[in-house]
Amino acid sequence: MSDVPVNNGRRRFLTAATAVVGGAGVVGVAVPFIGSWNPSARAKAAGAPVEVNVGKIEPGQLIRAEWRGKPVYVVRRTETTVSSLAKHDDQLRDPNSEKAQQPSYATNAYRSIKPEFMVALGVCTHLGCAPTHHGGDFDQFVEGVSEGFFCPCHGSKFDMAGRVFQGVPAPLNLVVPEHSFTSEDTLLIGVGQGEA
Amino acid sequence: MFTNFMAWMDKRLPLTDAWNKHLAQYPAPKNFNFWYFFGSLAMLVLVNQILTGVWLTMSYEPSGDGAFASIEYIMRDVDYGWLLRYMHSTGASAFFIVVYLHMMRGLMYGSYQKPRELLWIFGMLIFLVLMAEAFMGYLLPWGNMSYWGAQVIISLFGTIPVIGDDLTLWIRGDYVISGATLNRFFALHVIALPLVLVILVFLHILALHEVGSNNPEGIEVKKKKGTIKPEEQSKFAFHKQYTEKYDIVDAIPFHPYYSVKDIMGVAGFLILFCWVMFFAPDGGGYFIEAPNFEPANGLKTPEHIVPVWYFGPFFTVLRIVPDPLLGTIAMFSAIIVLFLLPWFDRGVVKSVRYRSKLHLLNLIQFSISFIVLGVLGTMPATPTANMIGIVAAFGYFGFFVALWFYSKNEKCKPVPERVSH
Repeated sequence: MSDVPVNNGRRRFLTAATAVVGGAGVVGVAVPFIGSWNPSARAKAAGAPVEVNVGKIEPGQLIRAEWRGKPVYVVRRTETTVSSLAKHDDQLRDPNSEKAQQPSYATNAYRSIKPEFMVALGVCTHLGCAPTHHGGDFDQFVEGVSEGFFCPCHGSKFDMAGRVFQGVPAPLNLVVPEHSFTSEDTLLIGVGQGEA
Repeated sequence: MFTNFMAWMDKRLPLTDAWNKHLAQYPAPKNFNFWYFFGSLAMLVLVNQILTGVWLTMSYEPSGDGAFASIEYIMRDVDYGWLLRYMHSTGASAFFIVVYLHMMRGLMYGSYQKPRELLWIFGMLIFLVLMAEAFMGYLLPWGNMSYWGAQVIISLFGTIPVIGDDLTLWIRGDYVISGATLNRFFALHVIALPLVLVILVFLHILALHEVGSNNPEGIEVKKKKGTIKPEEQSKFAFHKQYTEKYDIVDAIPFHPYYSVKDIMGVAGFLILFCWVMFFAPDGGGYFIEAPNFEPANGLKTPEHIVPVWYFGPFFTVLRIVPDPLLGTIAMFSAIIVLFLLPWFDRGVVKSVRYRSKLHLLNLIQFSISFIVLGVLGTMPATPTANMIGIVAAFGYFGFFVALWFYSKNEKCKPVPERVSH
């Protein structure tokens, strides 16, 4: 070996070139391993939109639909509930829904398409627990507000538009999923208004 | 016959050499106390987890539809299935108990200090992988607490700005935690992480034997070559790898002296372990939580989601910070500061026996803070609990900050040259 003339420049180039080619191979072969962790075609199909018949919901009643395995709360709000929404703005973190937790067509005082129907994911924005609906006894959590949602995990509180109260762990309002009405009584969760 | 066989082997594999180097002629300080049980106990529990784990996979079904039922099948229909499962579930908690005590030993006697920084880092990596291993294992029974515990931990990654949502989707492999998540956690829990764990334990021991064991006095038993008179050196024969470089004092061979001592530790440990396993296998609701006796249900959140006790301290740190991202950062910081401990401590005296009163008090307040954080982590969040948690978290992080300041010019007692008892 020692007698062989050494071209250091060539040796370095070949070493570097081999390393680069090998590195590219490693990156390439990582693709299927990382990619296989994405949701499968079956999971994607199971995540398709769901229809809910809202015609049979009583005023003040909450029903739970399941979309992509998450609970979606649909509430037929009474007129008293709707009109009382504006009364506690000063106690909320984001009363005007400025953070993008809802589609643009639900960025209004009621956070919904129709004031009557509240549609929101029943998933606390803190760490993903399911807040409980308190129909008439919510004032034990927030004085002067008779109806709202209370998360049993870490005590976050939301009003009847899914807006979060101040001084709780949850930082954001409840997520309003993409939804639309395909007829007077049929709610489609997963497809936004004006799409499809 | 046996001699011939060993000679044949030794020509082809350094078998006797490795036995001598790491066991029969490994110089271990003569003054190990009971705190030195926990390393070998951690090994014992690791073997227990691997063995019972392999047997559990023989009857377990890793699928969203079958997992919960297969646990019931193991508990009721498989001969000794209940025993194997309780050995495994009790072993998980026992693992953390011995590892926490093992780490406490390191803190007390300065076993993380130079030249043992890398040894400490390997230990911390083991701790980190162990936490991942325990977290993924806890999902497998597919009980409701498994499900919601995983929900909370995975959503930690969702707090990362921009990529958070896509990252959690990728981890779950579905829009929610589902059978897809369960299957990949199963694969990681039974194959990938145990492999990593075993390799790290191997490196941990290799690094230990390179730098040598510390001891309660914090005095090195490997002295500079040629500084110790032959009659004062240890009378035992040690492997030439150690004696070539050092004069060895106050040391005894690991085997048989400490192998026998460790068996005593094992006996004591097994009495406690078996008591829990046979008489309180759910550990009073702390080792196996009550909501886990019903199947996973994505639409029904348990009233209080609390992690298994061994994650308690870190969970409390997460919970006391109102902002989820900052909370997640705080939680991971609580682990990272442990990694950096060898550099927070700028002192040269190792053992708490010869360090200042201040250091002793700091160590005591750190232990109390850690236990308080742990207890709070298993309780529902209330404003009072949060206030106490904040104080305890200050104690926890304060330990490291204070250590960095006072350790530079700490007033320590004179450290003797030799282990005197």
